[in-house]
Amino acid sequence: MRSHVTCTINGDEVEFLVDDRQTLLDALRDELQLTGTKEGCATGDCGACSVLIDGRLNCSCLVFAREVEGADVLTVEGLADADHLHPIQHAFLEGAALQCGICTPGLLVAAKALLDRNLKPTEEEVRYAIAGNLCRCTGYDKVVRSILDAAAEMRDSAVVS
Amino acid sequence: MTADVTPYKWVGTRSIRPDGLEKVTGRARFGADYHLPGMLVGVVLRSPHAHATIRSIDTSAALEVPGVKAVITRDDFPEITSEEAMSGESVVDYRDLSRNIMARDKVLYIGHPVAAIAATTRRAAEEGARAIAVDYEVHPHVLTVDEAMAPDAPILHHDLITNDPEAETRGPSNVGKRHFFDRGNVRAAFDESDVVIEREFKIRPVHQGYIEPHAVVADTDEDGRSVVWCSSQGHFLVRTLTATVLKWEPSRLKVVPAEIGGGFGGKTTIYLEPLAIILSARAGRPVKLVMSRQEVFQASGPNPGARVRVTIGANSDGTIIGAEAWMAFEAGAFPGSAVGAACQTVFAPYDIPNVGIEGLDVVLNTPKAAAYRAPGAPIAAFAVETVLDEVAEALSLDPIELRYRNAAEEGVASTYGPTFKRIGFKETLEAIRSHAHHAAPLKANQGRGVASGFWFNAGLDSTATVNIHEDGTASLLIGSPDIGGSRASMALMAAEELGIDQERIRPSIVDTDSVGFNDVTGGSRTTFATGMAVVEACRDVVATARQRAATLWAVDVEEVEWQGGRAQHLSGSKPPLTLTEIARSAAKTGGPIAATAALTARGVGVAFSTQICDVEVDPETGHVKILRYTIAQDAGRAIHPSYVEGQMQGGVAQGIGWALNEEYVYDETGRMENSSFLDYRMPVASDLPMIDTVIVEVPNPGHPYGVRGVGEVGIVPTTAAIANAIYDATGIRMRELPMSAVRVHSAIERRSDDGTRTPVG
Repeated sequence: MRSHVTCTINGDEVEFLVDDRQTLLDALRDELQLTGTKEGCATGDCGACSVLIDGRLNCSCLVFAREVEGADVLTVEGLADADHLHPIQHAFLEGAALQCGICTPGLLVAAKALLDRNLKPTEEEVRYAIAGNLCRCTGYDKVVRSILDAAAEMRDSAVVS
Repeated sequence: MTADVTPYKWVGTRSIRPDGLEKVTGRARFGADYHLPGMLVGVVLRSPHAHATIRSIDTSAALEVPGVKAVITRDDFPEITSEEAMSGESVVDYRDLSRNIMARDKVLYIGHPVAAIAATTRRAAEEGARAIAVDYEVHPHVLTVDEAMAPDAPILHHDLITNDPEAETRGPSNVGKRHFFDRGNVRAAFDESDVVIEREFKIRPVHQGYIEPHAVVADTDEDGRSVVWCSSQGHFLVRTLTATVLKWEPSRLKVVPAEIGGGFGGKTTIYLEPLAIILSARAGRPVKLVMSRQEVFQASGPNPGARVRVTIGANSDGTIIGAEAWMAFEAGAFPGSAVGAACQTVFAPYDIPNVGIEGLDVVLNTPKAAAYRAPGAPIAAFAVETVLDEVAEALSLDPIELRYRNAAEEGVASTYGPTFKRIGFKETLEAIRSHAHHAAPLKANQGRGVASGFWFNAGLDSTATVNIHEDGTASLLIGSPDIGGSRASMALMAAEELGIDQERIRPSIVDTDSVGFNDVTGGSRTTFATGMAVVEACRDVVATARQRAATLWAVDVEEVEWQGGRAQHLSGSKPPLTLTEIARSAAKTGGPIAATAALTARGVGVAFSTQICDVEVDPETGHVKILRYTIAQDAGRAIHPSYVEGQMQGGVAQGIGWALNEEYVYDETGRMENSSFLDYRMPVASDLPMIDTVIVEVPNPGHPYGVRGVGEVGIVPTTAAIANAIYDATGIRMRELPMSAVRVHSAIERRSDDGTRTPVG
C-alpha cells in the first residue's frame, strides 16, 4: 500500500507518495533527498535521525512517513534561514563541538528542542536532553559547552530584542 | 606545558573548521548520502552459522524475484593467493581479505557474507536474499582463545600453520602467529626483586562504535571501470585492496571520498566495495550498499578480546627490574589481530632492563578483528597499569612517583627496539601530579586512579597539492580523509607558511584521480605526515612567489624575502607585493602558481598520555559513576588546540565505555546477543562528566611545527585509570573488562561473603 502525504517540512508544504511501511527517515532521505538527517541504527537508539514533529523531538526512524500527514516537520536543513545560522549551529562551530559530524544534525535538533522550552538549562539538563544522541567522537564535553553557550547567546539576544 | 606565547600567527589558534558549515547545515555528504540516477539497492546475505562448509548455493529462484537485477556469490570473485602486504599501518593477507568479503569454501562466523543481491527496491532485494538456497555442512565452532587452543579444538583453516619464530611448527592450528621478545634475564630479575606481582586479565571484544554504518555506491561502466563513493579512513587503501581482491589494475577504480562518520581504525579495511562494484557490473546500473547496525556489529571489525598475564618485579626503591607479559588475542575468523602491536607497546613507557613478552594471534568463529584506536595497546595497558598500581601499593609509593622513577626518556632503549628521541612522558606525569584534580578531596565510596599509556605515530606516504588562484587564495588538495578536524590543521599550517589568512585557504579531500597517493588516516599520522606534505608544498609555492616578485622587480631572487604573506625587497626600496598581486600577474611571470609535495614522512614521534580519574561506586548496585576525569597528553605542538582536546576527550570517552559497559556477548551458537545500540551500551552524555584536558607540548624535532600524532593514545590508559580508581573506592581489584555494575556488584558480594574486608559504605 502506498499513501499520499501532505505536510510541512522546514516551512515548505511538501507532498509525496510513500510505502505504508516506509519510515519518515527513509522518506526524508530517499524520496525528498533531505540527507542531512542520518541513519545510525534504525532502532531509535542513536538519535542521528532526530527531527522535530510539531515541535516535539522524535527519532524519524521510529515514525512511519504516513504519520506526519498534516504535521510540521523540522530537520537540520531547516535550522538556518537563508543567511543566518541558528545560534546553536554557530555555537557548535565556535566551540568545536563536532569531529566527524555524523551525529551533529541530530544533536542540533535535540538541542533546539531543549532550548525551545528552556533557555537556561543546567549542564545536567543539557546532558539529559541529548542523552538520546550518541556521539562517538567528542566525549560530549564540547557539545555540552556549546549548547550552554548557545543558550547564553539566545538569552542575551532575547534581552536585546 | 602549553607555551603561553608562540612565534606563530595561525598555528595554535582555534579557528572555525573549513568543513564546519556543511556539517552543521546537513549539507555534508557521508557515505550513504549519494543518490545516482537509476541506482539499485543491494543487500548482503550472511551466514546463519558460526562455522560451516558451503556445499552449494542456488541463486536461480532469487533471480526470478521481480525487481532483482543481479545476484553474486563466491563464483563472481577470483581466487586470490595468499600474500601478506602492508595495508596502511597493519598487515593484510589478500586471500583472507577476499574470503572475508565473500565466503568461499567455508563460512567462519555468523554474519559472514555468502551472496549479494541488487534490486530496484530494498524490499525486492531482501525477498531475493530469502530466495537464495545455501546448503551448509555445519561444524563445531570456537568462541574463545581457550576453546580455540584446546588440543581437540575444531580447526578453522586447515592450511594455517603457526608462524612461530622459536618452536618447531607442526600441524594446522588455530594459532596464527606467536610473537616473542626477550631482553636480559627476566626470571633472574624476578628472583632478585623485592616485590613480584603476577596477575591475569580477561578482556572482551568491543566495537569501534562509529555512528555511520559502512556505506558505498559503485557505478561500474561497460569498459570495466568503476567509480566508487564511500566513506573510509583511506580511499587510496580502498582502491588498492578492492583492486587486489578483484584482480583489477588499481587505475580502473576511482574512489571518491565521502565524509566519514567515524572510523577509529575500523574503516581501514574494506567490506562492501567489491560487492557493490560487481553487482553494478552485472546489473549495468549504479548500486548502493549500506550496512544495518546489526551488520556493523556482526560483520565489521570488533577490537579483539584477549587473555593477558603480566608479571612485574621491582626493588624496594621502586625501580622496576623485570617485566613479563603473555597475551592471547582473539583475531576472529582470520589471523592478524593487533597482538604484535600489543607486544611492542606493553612495557614501552618504562625503562626496564629485563623483559619477556609473548603474544599469540588466535583465530576463532567471530568476525575478523579490525584496528581500533591504538590497536592492542589499551588491552596491554589495562593489565600493566593495574599491576603497577599494586606494585606502588606494595612499596608504599605514590603511583605517579613509581611511574616517574621508571619513565622512559630521551636516550632510553625502548622495549620494542629503537632508542627514544625527545619524548614527553615525564611531562605528562608532572602535569597530572601538579593538577588541582590530584589533590582534590574525596568522599565515602569514592576513589581515585591514575594510569599512563604509550602509542606510536605512523609516518607513511602522503601527497598534497597547493594551487594559488588569481585572487591570491589557495586550494589544498588533500588525499587523507578528515575524520576529526584535520582540514582545520592543514589550513592553519598553510596559512602560517603562506602568510595569508586561514579563511583564504580552502582544503578539500579529493578523489584518487585528483591527488597523489596517500596512506590511511590512521596511526595518528594525518596532521603530522600529510601536514608535512602541505608545509612542503606551501614552501615550494613561496619559493615560486619570491621568484615571480624578483621577475616583476627585475632583481635576483636572493634579494627577495617572504614575510607576512608578502614579497619584500631586502633594500626596502620597493613596495611589497602581496600573494594576491603576484597571483594576479602570474600569467606574465611564468604561468600558474602551484606545487605538489609527495613524500614518505620521516621524523615521526611517539605519544604518551597520563590520566587521572575519580569514581563513585554504589555498594548496593555496583554501578560506577565517573565523577571527574583529567587527561594530560603530549601533542608535540597543538596546531588546532580544540581538535587536539577533542581527540583526547574522545579517546577517554571510548575508554570509559570499554571500562564500564561495552562488550560482545555471544550465545552458545556464536550469535552476538547484543548487536544493537540499545544492548551494546556506549556512553551517552548523561553518563559522563566534562573531560578536562592538559595539552603538554614537547615538540617533536622531526616535524616543522613539532607535531606529534594525537589521535589514539588517549584511549590507552583509561580502563586502567578507572580500575585503579574502583580499587581506591572499594578495595576490589577488577581484572575483567568491562567492569559493569553486575561484575563490580558480584565482586563486592564475594568479598562480603569472605568477610576479608569491611563491606563498602
